[in-house]
Amino acid sequence: MAHRLGEAGSEGAAVRQRESSAMNALELRGVEKSFKKRRSEVVRALDSVSFTVGRGEVVGILGPNGSGKSTLVRVISTLVVPDAGSVRVFGVDAIRHPKTVQRSMNRVSVEASFFKKLSAMENLLYGAKLYGVTTREAKPRIKEILDNIGFDRKRASEPMEHLSRGMQQKIALARALLTSPVLMLLDEPTTGLDPRSKRDVQAFIRRIKAAHDSSILLCTHDMDEAEELCDRVGIMVDGRILALEEPEKLKRRYARDGHVPSLEETFMAATGYTVEEASA
Amino acid sequence: MQERIKPRWLVELVATWGYVQRNYYLTKRYFMWELVWLVYVTANAMTITFIGAGAQDVAGIQINTGRYMTYLLIGALIWSYLSMLFDVLSETVSWERWEGTIEYTFMSPTSRVTHLLGMGIYAVLYGIAQTAIMLGVISLFFELDLSHANYLGALVVLAICSVSLLGFGIVAAVLPLLSPEKGQQVSYIVSALLLLISGIYYPVKVLPEWMQFMAQFSPVTYALRGIRDALLNGASLRELWGSIWPLMVMGAVFVPLGLGVFHLGESYAKRTGKLKRSG
Repeated sequence: MAHRLGEAGSEGAAVRQRESSAMNALELRGVEKSFKKRRSEVVRALDSVSFTVGRGEVVGILGPNGSGKSTLVRVISTLVVPDAGSVRVFGVDAIRHPKTVQRSMNRVSVEASFFKKLSAMENLLYGAKLYGVTTREAKPRIKEILDNIGFDRKRASEPMEHLSRGMQQKIALARALLTSPVLMLLDEPTTGLDPRSKRDVQAFIRRIKAAHDSSILLCTHDMDEAEELCDRVGIMVDGRILALEEPEKLKRRYARDGHVPSLEETFMAATGYTVEEASA
Repeated sequence: MQERIKPRWLVELVATWGYVQRNYYLTKRYFMWELVWLVYVTANAMTITFIGAGAQDVAGIQINTGRYMTYLLIGALIWSYLSMLFDVLSETVSWERWEGTIEYTFMSPTSRVTHLLGMGIYAVLYGIAQTAIMLGVISLFFELDLSHANYLGALVVLAICSVSLLGFGIVAAVLPLLSPEKGQQVSYIVSALLLLISGIYYPVKVLPEWMQFMAQFSPVTYALRGIRDALLNGASLRELWGSIWPLMVMGAVFVPLGLGVFHLGESYAKRTGKLKRSG
């Protein structure tokens, strides 16, 4: 297990203790969320969403744009309060005790959420301090992580806006890993990346999976990515999770006339969307 | 395997320093803009002070020009400092929205008090540095009448006012959470109203009665009255008490009020999904 730095007091310790027990890393039960738009229009973003992520498990959620994946990640990361249902992170109620669960998770989203004028190193040090990790503690960890992801350390002093999207996304993953989260929320981490950057980021996620003790929720519309990285894959459409199973079982569920479809065909059969439509 | 558990207070302290350091890094990166802004506010303060230099000629009557110029300059400098505190705090949310970091900051485990405290500490340090440079430059151009000044008294009033104005700024910072489209504009209006009613370049008593009534609720009113008394008349701390106690009351009210209102605003934004929205 990685060094656990910046752990915040007894509540954080409680999460760590729970983490070591057999309970699920993440458990959602009947989560609902609607947003009011203009002219009294109501959009149902999450509709009775229930699923679990086991300890050390990687669960992928496949869904077209607008299916509710990002709202799901925002609800789990305590940025959006659901209208109904429960969210538990290692048994702790995330709605009632957001600060407690925030200590044990981190998130990488499709947009690189960085101060664009600051360097990668300055952004990483700032991100670490928000979790109580000092510069002295963070620097060796940053070096180690940057070396692991093949990021040229000399470029860490350049402003983020000078780095490519792929490099920015690697820094986003490094920032998340820096706080040693036991639950990682990855919201389309490879969307918009060139093929090489995408492969690098996916390889990094595989290394996190292998070397760290983190549970991962990965939202994506990349079928290969989901199949390769995830222990179980769910399909989400219009705020509902239609199925959540191991990739092979999921494909067999949509088998017709003895033909087991690919995950892409499974996705199309379940949602009615092509992959291109899903990512449009 | 190594577990190092930090006490909560230490985690919050590290995060407070994180906010201060982040803002310092940003100031460094935007150095040319900072320089432009410094030149602008310094030139603005000098322009206002020159109004005092020309007042005798314009009005055609005998006045104590040196005292009037000092009166105006104190107003210009103190407003520059206090409005900067207000702006930094009130732009906390909209600034992070613009940078795209608001969700990352708001899902971090440290408290909102720590976040706003870090912003406030940096605003005070930045404001002191900016005002000191302005004063240094301006003093080269004007002979100011500070022969009776009680500098300690002025600093005490300014320090207490800083606290109450930070609370005022926190209340204003919640506006972009309530309305991503119009919130920041409203806080600019609040800032403009403070400038109008607080007696920055003229005594409050020259204002219409309804504005004088509003001026009672502005911490800037008491800060300027006290600082001018200290610097122009050499008023002692005992004599400044009339300006100090309202500022203390406002600080005691506005800071908890600001934090409470911000908490409610954050909860509202998380319920309605307005945290991320930029308009």
